[in-house]
Amino acid sequence: MIRLGVPSKGRLMEQTFDWFAARGVRLSRAGSEREYAGRVEGAENVALVLLSAGEIPRELQAGRIHLGVTGTDLIREKLAGWRSHVQELAPMGFGHADLILAVPTCWSDCDNLDDFATIARDFRAEHGFRLRIATKYHRLVRAYLSDQEIADYQLVDSQGATEGTVANLTAEAIADITSSGETLRANHLKIIGDTPILCSQATLLRSIAAGDDAEVGAFAQQLGLTIS
Amino acid sequence: MTKREKQAIGQQILMAFRAAGAAEVAPDLLLPAETLLDLYGEDIRARAYVTQDPIRGEMMLRPDFTVPVVQMHMENGAEPARYCYLGEVFRKQDHGETPPEHPRDNEYLQAGFELFARDADADAEVFALFHGLLAPLHLQASMGDMDLLMDAVRALPLSGARRAALLHHIWRPKRFARLLERFSTSAPPRAFAEPANWTGLRSPAEMQARIARLQADAHEAPLAPIWADRLSRLFAVSAPAPEALRQLRDLAQEIPDITDAVDRLERNLAALTSRGIDVAAIHFDASHGRHTMEYYDGMTFSFTAPGRADWPPVATGGRYDALAAVLGQAQGRSIPAVGGIIRPGLVHELGGLNLGNAA
Repeated sequence: MIRLGVPSKGRLMEQTFDWFAARGVRLSRAGSEREYAGRVEGAENVALVLLSAGEIPRELQAGRIHLGVTGTDLIREKLAGWRSHVQELAPMGFGHADLILAVPTCWSDCDNLDDFATIARDFRAEHGFRLRIATKYHRLVRAYLSDQEIADYQLVDSQGATEGTVANLTAEAIADITSSGETLRANHLKIIGDTPILCSQATLLRSIAAGDDAEVGAFAQQLGLTIS
Repeated sequence: MTKREKQAIGQQILMAFRAAGAAEVAPDLLLPAETLLDLYGEDIRARAYVTQDPIRGEMMLRPDFTVPVVQMHMENGAEPARYCYLGEVFRKQDHGETPPEHPRDNEYLQAGFELFARDADADAEVFALFHGLLAPLHLQASMGDMDLLMDAVRALPLSGARRAALLHHIWRPKRFARLLERFSTSAPPRAFAEPANWTGLRSPAEMQARIARLQADAHEAPLAPIWADRLSRLFAVSAPAPEALRQLRDLAQEIPDITDAVDRLERNLAALTSRGIDVAAIHFDASHGRHTMEYYDGMTFSFTAPGRADWPPVATGGRYDALAAVLGQAQGRSIPAVGGIIRPGLVHELGGLNLGNAA
C-alpha cells in the first residue's frame, strides 16, 4: 500500500485534490469536514494521509509516507541534505510563494544587497549590536546571506506575524514568504535583491527511505510521471 | 579508533606545550552564546550547537577555545603569558542540498597553545613550536599574512570611508571585489526619495548620515586601474616562502606601504631559519588568511596532510590582535596574541607523533 501525504486543509489541499483529479485520481476527505482521514478513487493500493504541510518533509524523510505534497521552501528549510532524502517528481503549478528579504520602505538609501551590507555595518557600529533579520527560514536565509557575503547581521526567530517585527522594534528587516506582497506593503516594507532567496511552489515528492519502488513507480506512471 | 587513543595523543601534545612554557587551562564546555555571536556573527550559529538555559540564557557548546582563553587571560593573566589546553569542540555540519561523502566529526579534540606577548618574535615562536611538534608527520606547512594585505589596502589613494569599507570586507572576497570595482569607476550621483511612514529602529538621522556620505563619495575620483591590478597581484602571491618574499619585495617597489610588513615577514622567516626550519618548504600564500576565520589579522598558518584533500588542516593558527583587543575592552586591556590548535584525532590517523607515551 502506497501512503500519499497531502496537506490537510485550505487551498493547498483543494488544489492538490484538483491536480490529482486532472490525472484521473479522485482524492477526498472521508466523513465530516473535521475528520483527518481520506479516500482514494481511481488508483489501486494508495492510501491518503492528511497531514499538516509543515510535517510532510519530516514524514518523507522518515519514510512513513511514500509520496507527499508540500512546498519546496519547507523541504529545503527543514531537511538538511534534502537531495538524499527526497526526489522531486513534479512541480504542481500552484502554491507559488517567494522567500524574500524586505526592509522598511522608508529606507530610500537601500535598493540592493550592497546597500544592505553597508547599512548593516553602519547599524552595528551605531547600535552596538548586529542588525536583526526576523525569519522562520533560518537555514535558507543564513545560507543565502553567507553566499552573498553579507556580514554584521543576526537572525531572530519569528514564527508568525513576521512583517510586524520591524514596527515593533524587534527586528530591522525580515525574510519571509510572500505571494502578492500586500502584507509587506501594509507594513511599510519593501523587497530588496533582484531575485528571491527561493521561489517555492507545491511539489509532489517521493521518499527515498520508504522504498516500494515498483509500486510507487507504477502509480507515478499512472499520473503521467516518470521516475528516473 | 578509540577516544582513548586520541586522548593519549592529545596528552602528548599538551606535554610538549607545557614544556614550551605554557600553563594548562580548562575552559568551560558551555559558553555564553552572546559573546561568540557578537564576535563571529551568524556563521557561528550555523556551526555551533546552541542550547537554552532558563537562567543563563542562550549557551553554546564550545565551538573553539580561543574566546574563553582570551577572556580568562584578560581577567587575571600576567604578561607575557603562554596557555595550553586540550578538550572537545563541537561543530554542526549543515549539509545544504547534498551531504558530503565523508562527513566530518561533530565532536573532536583540539590541543591548543596561545601566546600573549608584545615580543616581535612571538609569531616565529608559535609557528616553530607547531612545526617541530608535527615534523614526524611530513605535513605541508602554509603561511599567510593579513597585515600585508591590510597595509596594501590602507595605502590605496582613497577616502577614509572607502578604505574602511574595504578593510571591513577583506575576509569576504566577492564583496571586497565588488567594492573595489565600484571605487574604480565613476557612478552618476544617486537620487533618494523623501521617506514617508518611518518604521523601525534605524533612525532618519542614521539614513541622512549615510546619504551625506554617499553624496560626498560621488565626488571622489575613481581609483586608477593600476591599484586594482597591484592588489590582485599582491593577493595572488603564492609560492615557496623565499620566492614569495622576492615577489613581495618587487611589489613593495610599487606599493611602498607594504615595506614594513615585508620586512617583518623577512625577519620572521629568518627567525624560523635560525630555529632550524627549512623555510623553502613553507608555502606562502598571501590570501591564506582570507579563507580562515575573520579574527586572524596578522600571520596565519596551517599544516595539511598531503593527499588528504577532503581533510580539514591537521593544525591551524595565527595572530589575532584585534579579537584580543575587543575581548579586553571590559578590562581596559589589550595585548597582541598569537596561537593555534592541533587536531589529535587527525594526528592519530596519520600514525601519531612518536613522542613516547604520555605520562
